[in-house]
Amino acid sequence: MLEDAAKRCRQHIVKMVHKAGAGHPGGSLSAIDLIVGLYGTQMRIDASNPNWTDRDRFVMSKGHASPAVYSILHEIGFLSQSDLDGFRTLGSVCQGHVDMKWTDGVDFSAGSLGMGLSFGIGCALASRMDEKEYNTWVMMGDGETQEGQVWEALMSASYHNLNNLNIIIDRNRIQNDDFVDVQMEIGDIASKVASFGWAVKEIDGHDMELVIDALQWASSTASPCAIIAHTVKGKGVSFMEDNPSFHGKAPNDEELMLALEELQ
Amino acid sequence: MSAPSSGGASRDGYGAALLELANDPRVVVLEADLGKSTKSCHFRAEHPERTVSLGIAEQNMVSVAAGLASCGKVPFASTFAIFSERAFEQVRNGVARPGLVAHLCGSHGGIHTGTDGSSAQSIEDLAIYRTIPGMTVMHPCDDLSAKALTMQLLNHKSPSYTRTARNKTPRMYDEDTIKELKIGKASMLREGVDIAIIACGVMVHKAVTAANNLSKEGIHAYVVDMHTIKPLDTELINKLVSTCKGIVTVEDHSIIGGLGSSISEYLSTTKPTKITMIGVEDRFGESGGSEELLELVGLTVERIEEACRVL
Repeated sequence: MLEDAAKRCRQHIVKMVHKAGAGHPGGSLSAIDLIVGLYGTQMRIDASNPNWTDRDRFVMSKGHASPAVYSILHEIGFLSQSDLDGFRTLGSVCQGHVDMKWTDGVDFSAGSLGMGLSFGIGCALASRMDEKEYNTWVMMGDGETQEGQVWEALMSASYHNLNNLNIIIDRNRIQNDDFVDVQMEIGDIASKVASFGWAVKEIDGHDMELVIDALQWASSTASPCAIIAHTVKGKGVSFMEDNPSFHGKAPNDEELMLALEELQ
Repeated sequence: MSAPSSGGASRDGYGAALLELANDPRVVVLEADLGKSTKSCHFRAEHPERTVSLGIAEQNMVSVAAGLASCGKVPFASTFAIFSERAFEQVRNGVARPGLVAHLCGSHGGIHTGTDGSSAQSIEDLAIYRTIPGMTVMHPCDDLSAKALTMQLLNHKSPSYTRTARNKTPRMYDEDTIKELKIGKASMLREGVDIAIIACGVMVHKAVTAANNLSKEGIHAYVVDMHTIKPLDTELINKLVSTCKGIVTVEDHSIIGGLGSSISEYLSTTKPTKITMIGVEDRFGESGGSEELLELVGLTVERIEEACRVL
């Protein structure tokens, strides 16, 4: 069932990026199984009351993968098809990078990498100070961990013992210009995050059963948890898979047709 | 850690305000290892459960403040003015762009900060923060006004940057006049006739001294404390230029982009007026005593007087 939702989201993603003629399909397709799993099993939110103060927060730090977020928000009733059709156009609620100021259901204004976890720490601290139950989930990219602020944030989240904060790292091994290990090797990211005081689990980020189990583990573990999700950039569309050129490029008409055939 | 002093530096006023604001449970204080200097330490001592230490990590501190603001808190983050600049993009993209209301205080601003040397002397903070859409930018001149303006931030609708100063300065306000102080509304400290001196921060008392001296020569200058650089009090400026032949601006900040620039930008496009800008020319400072440094870069009472005479 969640697999079906993920497939529909993949279709939304390639259509949105194609229609806009711009966007980031690769990192949206690598992240979408994780996002569908999260929204399908963990997120306590209400489409009829998007600003509900006690809602769980999802901080999409790799905000260029906005089509992935918009597709799930469409599936659960926050965004209409015409909202998706307006992606990246003037006045659209679907801005190029996810933006809380523009979109109901978006909790963070992204676009500059490395800031999301810090923002999530703020949400988690507020939840604890107010004795609320809401949790904060942060998704970041693997290339994003090259930003120094990520490590400032990792250090402070465990120092402040934020049990209500978890991160998912989309380990798709590709960033804007090339493969991550070509641009700046980040090495054994799981060990590095663990050494900053986090509980860490590595999974296949496209196996929905493993995704759901890992999310439940993170949700129920009394320390900040990091899920390192090994994924394939462009997953689900053969010619986008593991292909750095589809980090930030829209499919043309022919490529869209091929992609949608593969995503049936 | 010393108790808040009476007749102190503007940073003391900031610290005293945070303590009073603590009555509101939304208020959260964030520190980056300089709470003893910025004076948020007094809040920390009384309210550790609402004080967040981020260590020496200004970018993280500002983004954490944004997250707190998004969840209904009123965060007050502080560090040295110069180190806040390290988080400029976090302020721009993470706080102001989504319209979150978080308050940043940069203490030890200006060249008068002294012996630590040029690495600690922020002379560009007012300039960079005022370029951010919707940002309120303030630089109070004494502890009383710093306290009053900080208190008003509790219900302010925009993110803000407030520069405070390290050194004690003479009080320009008293318990009565401080009641009139409002964010965005400049204070007329001295009435005049044909020249206006508009100053901010530690230079305000020098401006008053200069005006007092000039009155003995028959030159009667208004003195304005432009504690809020943005939004600029254009109403008062309009009033001044309707009677004055010129304006002298005075700031412990670069002449590029600060108080003088903002007034020049406004007047050059509305009512061109002769302006002399006194500030730090396009240069860095060095180690030295506060008064020595102010003298080195020409931020003196004598220079203000001379500028008024020439105008």
